[in-house]
Amino acid sequence: MADVKRAIENVEPWNDPQAQPYVRIENVTKMFGEFTAVDSVSLEIYKAEVFCLLGGSGCGKSTLLRVLAGFETPTSGRVLIDGVDMAGIAPYERPTNMMFQSYALFPHMTVENNVAFGLRQEGIAAAEISKRVGDMLDLVKLGPFAKRKPHQLSGGQRQRVALARSLIKQPKLMLLDEPLGALDKKLREETQFELINIQEELGVTFIVVTHDQEEAMTLSSRIGVMNAGEIVQTGTPNDIYEYPNSRFVADFIGSVNVFEGRIVEDQPDHVRIESQEAGCPLYIDHGVGVTSGSRVWVAVRPEKIEITRDKPAQQDNCAAAVVDEIAYMGNQSIYHVLLESGKKLRITRPNQSRTSSDSITWEDQVFVAWHPSSGVVLTA
Amino acid sequence: MSREGFVAMGERMMHGADPLARMLWRFPPYRWCVAVARRLGLTGRTAVIAIPYLWLLLFFLVPFAFVLKIALAEALIARPPYSSLIEWSEDTYLTIKLNIGNFLFLIEDDLYWKAYLNSGKIALISTLGCLLLGYPMAYAMARANPAWRNVLLMLVILPFWTSFLLRVYAWIGILKNNGLINNVLMGLGIIDQPIVMMQTDFAVYVGIVYTYLPFMILPLYANLERLDVTLLEAAADLGCRPTKVFFTITLPLSIPGIVAGCMLVFIPAVGEFVIPALLGGPDTLMIGRVLWDEFFANRDWPVASAVAIAVLLLLVVPIMLFQHFQSAEAEAGV
Repeated sequence: MADVKRAIENVEPWNDPQAQPYVRIENVTKMFGEFTAVDSVSLEIYKAEVFCLLGGSGCGKSTLLRVLAGFETPTSGRVLIDGVDMAGIAPYERPTNMMFQSYALFPHMTVENNVAFGLRQEGIAAAEISKRVGDMLDLVKLGPFAKRKPHQLSGGQRQRVALARSLIKQPKLMLLDEPLGALDKKLREETQFELINIQEELGVTFIVVTHDQEEAMTLSSRIGVMNAGEIVQTGTPNDIYEYPNSRFVADFIGSVNVFEGRIVEDQPDHVRIESQEAGCPLYIDHGVGVTSGSRVWVAVRPEKIEITRDKPAQQDNCAAAVVDEIAYMGNQSIYHVLLESGKKLRITRPNQSRTSSDSITWEDQVFVAWHPSSGVVLTA
Repeated sequence: MSREGFVAMGERMMHGADPLARMLWRFPPYRWCVAVARRLGLTGRTAVIAIPYLWLLLFFLVPFAFVLKIALAEALIARPPYSSLIEWSEDTYLTIKLNIGNFLFLIEDDLYWKAYLNSGKIALISTLGCLLLGYPMAYAMARANPAWRNVLLMLVILPFWTSFLLRVYAWIGILKNNGLINNVLMGLGIIDQPIVMMQTDFAVYVGIVYTYLPFMILPLYANLERLDVTLLEAAADLGCRPTKVFFTITLPLSIPGIVAGCMLVFIPAVGEFVIPALLGGPDTLMIGRVLWDEFFANRDWPVASAVAIAVLLLLVVPIMLFQHFQSAEAEAGV
């Protein structure tokens, strides 16, 4: 238990050179015939982490999860869990438990028997099983439903039965395939926090597969963004959002404005980029380390762009524009503005005051500007 | 339907877009029929539902009433060979004579009891044989590559394309003393005397299992094919070994298929006549055969009818069980 505690105390084990990863995925490739579903993926996941595999449909995230569970044998590469190579170990002998997207509850068994199923396979005494099942059902707040059959439960209740059933074996690694995918939006938000509370209480390592970037952001300690079978970026939700390493990641996580340009000056502490699309010199306060003149992209998040009627003092990162569309969302407004180059920008501004006499409206001549620290230079 | 409603409908049909309806409406008998149907509260919907019930009434319930009537009559050497139930005695009184002697006879004579028991036994063992053979086949078909499934399904149905009698005769060729099996075994020197298989209960079992196997496989296949494979993965994931997964997940979830298959085999097997007649020996006593003998050898129609009704009553029990299982399944939404 001591190492569990340390892992929880150590908030960012991936930044600690002393920390040993709990799950190692080494160059795992999975091919189905000619199709490469997972393409030499390597990941290191630490104890008590919630690691999200995020990607669109068909990106190989579920296949990777099934490789971890033992339902698929990797074509090459290996998986180590707590130092043990999983090659040749059948699903029923692995220290992993999976929560299926469809929940896969046994329709002919009561909630109680579904949850007890895993323990019954281990030959544990009946008295202990019923005690542990009772505790687990209380944890997921399903005590009164113990005698029901799955078809007599609501979607949210079934989701919790599935969670309880896979958690009760106290797996070393818990695999969750779109755990909240089948719930409606409101229930999903509530359940996200519940899921994290339970995870923190039990200290189990979670690997969550999801296509929903919001879900990944709220749940995870780190996110691995997948595309076409490869991991394209790994990092904390903050890293992934603020410092995407490619246009794919920038675009997949949230919305983003991307300017194509060429490097004119590259210093360790800043870069200058000339961009036809932006129509103004771009200045970013971090170095890139590529040759001058090479083609790069600058990504700026919509909420980081200011929109004003008066021309700001700054020369860089500032362009004239015309308001094309406004969408009022209540908490914020979304502006679509057209730059002189014809490039369309998406800008979001919080609606801080209820009404504004001088609010920006359609067809207004405005200026857009952002801080040198707001943009990110992408080379891919 | 009110008179106004009827008139309104006539208006719609006269001036409606459908030329056929317009033409029909001009034809008075059609108008009268519609008027009568409407007066009786018959709509198109009830008419559609009524068709299968009418069919059952005409071709099941009415013949059954005839059989029941004969079963309650007395045997006569006459044409028809039974007394009528309703008679005018002295041309003034209508008398109904019900004779339950035929049913009492079934209980008294142990031939019938033995025939019923033996039919039940043969049907039961054959059903078990079909289940043991059919389950693995259905399971393999349901787990086969989807491209192969239809081919395998076709192969199961294929024997139906040949005459049933021909296939049973083919078994005689296989099982008889100088038949295929005995010739091969003797040729290989495994046995020196032919094994007697024809005209034994064994041959009857082989024949029934062979004939009714598709009726076992098809409902089982339909059930097993629907089985969600992720349930099996979930069980394995929770530490359950493959054989135990079968007994705790697959088998319980396929019970509706097993019940359906067993009923489809057991019910017709009880009354089976052709297979025991062709493959069975003189001591293979089955109710279908007793029935045949009563009708055609003894020409005792009343007793034969009583035998038939007793078979029906005995079969009602498994049919009710089947119905019960089906409704339970529908309720559970499995």
